Amino acid sequence: MPEAVFVRPDSLTDVQTHYCPGCTHGIIHRLVAEVIDELGIRDRTVGIAPVGCSVLAYNYFDCDFHEAAHGRAPAVATGIKRARPDLAVFAYQGDGDLASIGMAEIVHCANRGEKVTVVFVNNAIYGMTGGQMAPTTMPGQSATTCQMGRDVELAGYPIRVAELISTLRTPAFVARASSHSPLAAVNAKEMLRRAFKYQVEGRCFSMVEILSTCPTNWGLTPAESTKWLEKTMLPYYPLGVFKTPDGDDRAPLPRKP
Amino acid sequence: MAKKLMKGSEAIGEAAVQAGCHLFFGYPITPQNEIPEYLSSRLPQVGGTFVQAESEVASINMLYGAAGAGERVMTSSSSPGISLMAEGISYCAGAKLPVVIVNIMRAGPGLGGILPAQADYFQATKGLAHGDFRVLVLAPWSIQEAADLVQDAFDLADYYRNPVMVVGDGLIGQMMEPVEFYEDRKPIKELPPKTWASTGWKRDRPKAIINSLFLDPAELEQHNFDLKKKYDLMERDEVRFATYGSVDSADVVIIAYGTVARVCLSAIEALEEDGIKVAMVRPITLWPYPYEAVREVAAKAKDILVVELSTGQMIEDVRLALQRPRPIHFHCRLGGMLVSPEEVIAKVKAIKAGESEAMHYA
Repeated sequence: MPEAVFVRPDSLTDVQTHYCPGCTHGIIHRLVAEVIDELGIRDRTVGIAPVGCSVLAYNYFDCDFHEAAHGRAPAVATGIKRARPDLAVFAYQGDGDLASIGMAEIVHCANRGEKVTVVFVNNAIYGMTGGQMAPTTMPGQSATTCQMGRDVELAGYPIRVAELISTLRTPAFVARASSHSPLAAVNAKEMLRRAFKYQVEGRCFSMVEILSTCPTNWGLTPAESTKWLEKTMLPYYPLGVFKTPDGDDRAPLPRKP
Repeated sequence: MAKKLMKGSEAIGEAAVQAGCHLFFGYPITPQNEIPEYLSSRLPQVGGTFVQAESEVASINMLYGAAGAGERVMTSSSSPGISLMAEGISYCAGAKLPVVIVNIMRAGPGLGGILPAQADYFQATKGLAHGDFRVLVLAPWSIQEAADLVQDAFDLADYYRNPVMVVGDGLIGQMMEPVEFYEDRKPIKELPPKTWASTGWKRDRPKAIINSLFLDPAELEQHNFDLKKKYDLMERDEVRFATYGSVDSADVVIIAYGTVARVCLSAIEALEEDGIKVAMVRPITLWPYPYEAVREVAAKAKDILVVELSTGQMIEDVRLALQRPRPIHFHCRLGGMLVSPEEVIAKVKAIKAGESEAMHYA
């Protein structure tokens, strides 16, 4: 029998996802699942799905799950973790969910130092509701609620969440990675692995922001989307580790993807 | 355990601990701050957890997480804070989560005031939030009853897998009275293990998904029918009320709940001395409402008086209970002003003398 060299992670279910062609949610799901598998924590992991494109994540991850109200995943994560500190708890959120309606919850969850992990997928747009402007939408980027492009005079500049969270004094692991290329994905997995490890060791709150493409709502092909992310998002949303718990060195910045 | 003089807020907090609730999430708001303050020092003594959340919105979602993970959990707030929690309570109801919410009601609308009121009756019993759901609503009239009902609330929440709300007014929060906790208290319901909770999935049971989303309309319709069955059971089995005075031959029957009913009881005792026969029905569950009890006592009384700290909210349930057009007299105080026994006595005497204008419901 030939050896299987590429299999579905144990922490993912064997179903077809509803994600659009070229969307990187599927890649990010897989990276999270591989990390859970490799740490051997699937049977004590509880995930939290947001409201947004990944609202049905509970169908794709093969572990216990909560579906949270819009933006409230970090509060739900707090409730689960405080109730059962032995669990590994992760919230999976998009940019409308986390950076707009849920900004209070993410800031205070991080500031309390809840021992949970937040996977923050930033694709610079509201995907599920049909392409409206997000707090992370790039200047000049068109969306259904800013059809001439984001006007920073009216809507301000995109929020850099990883940088914002890293200003908090409470120990945390905060990093930004991307999912637009194989090399970027490898680096994203390493960031996720560190984030989950910090939680499992009971050390600190951890959050990994992962840049993602949305060809459907960007109005681009998947290949064009990758190039657009590289050209437009990467300079504004630099990749790297922004914060580590006291005493831990930041890892070398990731190689240029 | 011997009787102990306790402030209402502290008794409510202690009752939660006695009921095995080791988790509290809340946000400061007057006039209920003594509940979180008490629990912030009490819970660590029993290995529990107190978290001061960043908002009421966050608090109720922390309850959603903790209850989903299978633990007993409570929050407390006051009227404006409950409005902020409303969305989350709907999610808890939709996801069938047992949570206990205490509302120490203050006067509104808006920021209103910080003094006692019963202005959240509609909110608690009719329109708490979006979607087709109900919560059990318990209304104590004394500190002892508050302590008892909070403990019952946890059993009822677990049994029905549904939010339970305990509503008191500012007096319930602030008064001091003797309270007794019973060491051998047994749950009032037979409670099955929470095999549905998200405790980490070892593939030895169905995967736990704590969720209120049903994109398939047929599935959601069935979910709504299932919830309705549960509400029907509550209406059948959980109605609580108490009656006082001349229930079989009253000149006037008073319908009142919470601390207002205590004021009315003082009035009833004084009126009886004057030879005026007064009865009272005191709903203890505001939902499900004791329609039958109100109907039966009202049928034997000449006149009906509703007393509330609102412009007339529970009176609508009294009207439903009567099942026929009949004048109802009404007395209220608002904005944090309280009803006095003298006012109730005067109102009953005015009714007897034909000098009280009744509200007519056709």
